[in-house]
Amino acid sequence: MLKLPVYLDNNATTPMDPRVLEAMIPYFVEHFGNAASRNHPFGWEAEEAVDYAREQVAKLIGADPKEIIFTSGATEGDNLAIKGVYEMYASKGNHVITATTEHKAVLDTCKHIEKSGGEVTYLQVNSEGLVDLKELEAAIKPTTILVAIMYGNNETGVIQPVKEISTIAKKHGVLFFTDGTQAVGKVPVDVNKDGIDLMAFSAHKMYGPKGVGALYVRRKNPRVKVTAQIDGGGHERAMRSGTLNVPGIVGFGKACELCMQDMESDTLRIQTMRDKLERELLKLEEAYVNGSTQHRLPHVSNISFKYVEGEGLMMGFNKNIAVSSGSACTSASLEPSYVLKALGLGDDLAHSSLRFGLGRFTTDEQIDYTIDKVSTTVLKLREMSPLWEMYKEGVDINAIEWAAH
Amino acid sequence: MAYSDKVIDHYQNPKNVGTLDKSQKNVGTGLVGAPECGDVMRLQIEVDEATGMIKDAKFKTFGCGSAIASSSLATEWLKGKSIDEALTIDNMDIVEELNLPPVKIHCSVLAEDAIKSAINDYRVKNGMEQIKFEESVVH
Ligand SMILES: Cc1ncc(COP(=O)(O)O)c(C=O)c1O
Ligand code: FES
Repeated sequence: MLKLPVYLDNNATTPMDPRVLEAMIPYFVEHFGNAASRNHPFGWEAEEAVDYAREQVAKLIGADPKEIIFTSGATEGDNLAIKGVYEMYASKGNHVITATTEHKAVLDTCKHIEKSGGEVTYLQVNSEGLVDLKELEAAIKPTTILVAIMYGNNETGVIQPVKEISTIAKKHGVLFFTDGTQAVGKVPVDVNKDGIDLMAFSAHKMYGPKGVGALYVRRKNPRVKVTAQIDGGGHERAMRSGTLNVPGIVGFGKACELCMQDMESDTLRIQTMRDKLERELLKLEEAYVNGSTQHRLPHVSNISFKYVEGEGLMMGFNKNIAVSSGSACTSASLEPSYVLKALGLGDDLAHSSLRFGLGRFTTDEQIDYTIDKVSTTVLKLREMSPLWEMYKEGVDINAIEWAAH
Repeated sequence: MAYSDKVIDHYQNPKNVGTLDKSQKNVGTGLVGAPECGDVMRLQIEVDEATGMIKDAKFKTFGCGSAIASSSLATEWLKGKSIDEALTIDNMDIVEELNLPPVKIHCSVLAEDAIKSAINDYRVKNGMEQIKFEESVVH
């Protein structure tokens, strides 16, 4: 049975798994205690629940529970990691290396670092969306204190060579932070095997609740510390004060447990659907996948349909299918996706892109429906597109002198 | 952001999609926008040489739903108008008719530009001078 509307924007957020909700419910009204209340059962219950969740979260990424700092989400984790390292290791240096395709939570934090006197190197990526390891190594200097490169990209799903990156960082005595928001829970992430020193991730991208996440901070080899960005009661080993969001944390823990338990079967099913979607949509003329198809998260596909504009395209089916587009018309800035442009896509191809993000609750029927709807809308809009007509007539669109905007 | 019913209607049932023979002397073609900006509009008018009235208008648009709707509406309004009347079509009339939100005003500006550009093409083809328009403000 086809279930509408179809939600294929799981990179933006995922629906919560009902099993997660079930785990959370007792912690609103019944067990409402403050995990920091040390002197009565209300507090003990809450603390126990948080401890258990901390184990569930740590286990998913191969960490020790003591290395998990609960936050409000990945944006906070990105800020705490980068600003926290920058301040804590100020005596060692002030140089941070990141990449142009990072999430805004990382890029804007790096801008903040620059404003406060730090130095940031933004590595370019190649046409597949991958950073160049030689360039990375060459960018490291005596003042470098942090390499901040994401695990999986939110727009293209491209997975960076995290292990190789961490090896280079380690060799030079530089800390390695990764934004694992899109990857954790979807692909095996292990902080030890991957050599990660700090990692931010978020519950609402992995079928947990919104407003809760974690920063992994390594405690051994090396012992990493970050300067708190929120001061107060000294919670979370004084790295992040504030009364813990107990129900949220319980849900986050459950979400991690489920991801770990179901990862293999989820991935197999989701990737099969993603590959079918991609294969069928690429049967359209002039359709291209953006980013590496080899090093990629299993649930993401970013495709440009040349000569049709992304927002116009989405309008053809957005009542029934939720996707997202790199088109400028969907953003307030009127600039197309900086991530796609960093891959070397022209503005026209960036404007023509759709991102499909599948998830645990996506069904085969929904994928068939999406293939059909997207294909027919692309064909319909091409009939309406002057660029398509020119392309078909063999006119070189790049040779036309377009009026500058 | 939700679209107005009129935008949706034009998007789903666009009026006058197509191509007129641009080699004809009585056909004026306007091609505005740029692929890099995510919007390209081509608008054409066919003028009845005896009466000076626009007897047909066609468009093709690469752009968002509002851009498609703006050009579809423009072709509807153009048909049956004289060139002089056509020149009075203002982008704000389109904004009003389609209920476009502020971020979509540039889509209507594009339609107005396309009309003017088609008229100028027609004028030049027929030995008349181009009309100089002020630069559009919102782009
Ligand atoms: C890669 C990446 N980092 C950070 C974030 C921000 O996460 P949160 O919504 O938990 O603050 C997102 C989500 O949009 C993301 O995809
Ligand atoms: S064409 Fe870009 S917003 Fe309308």
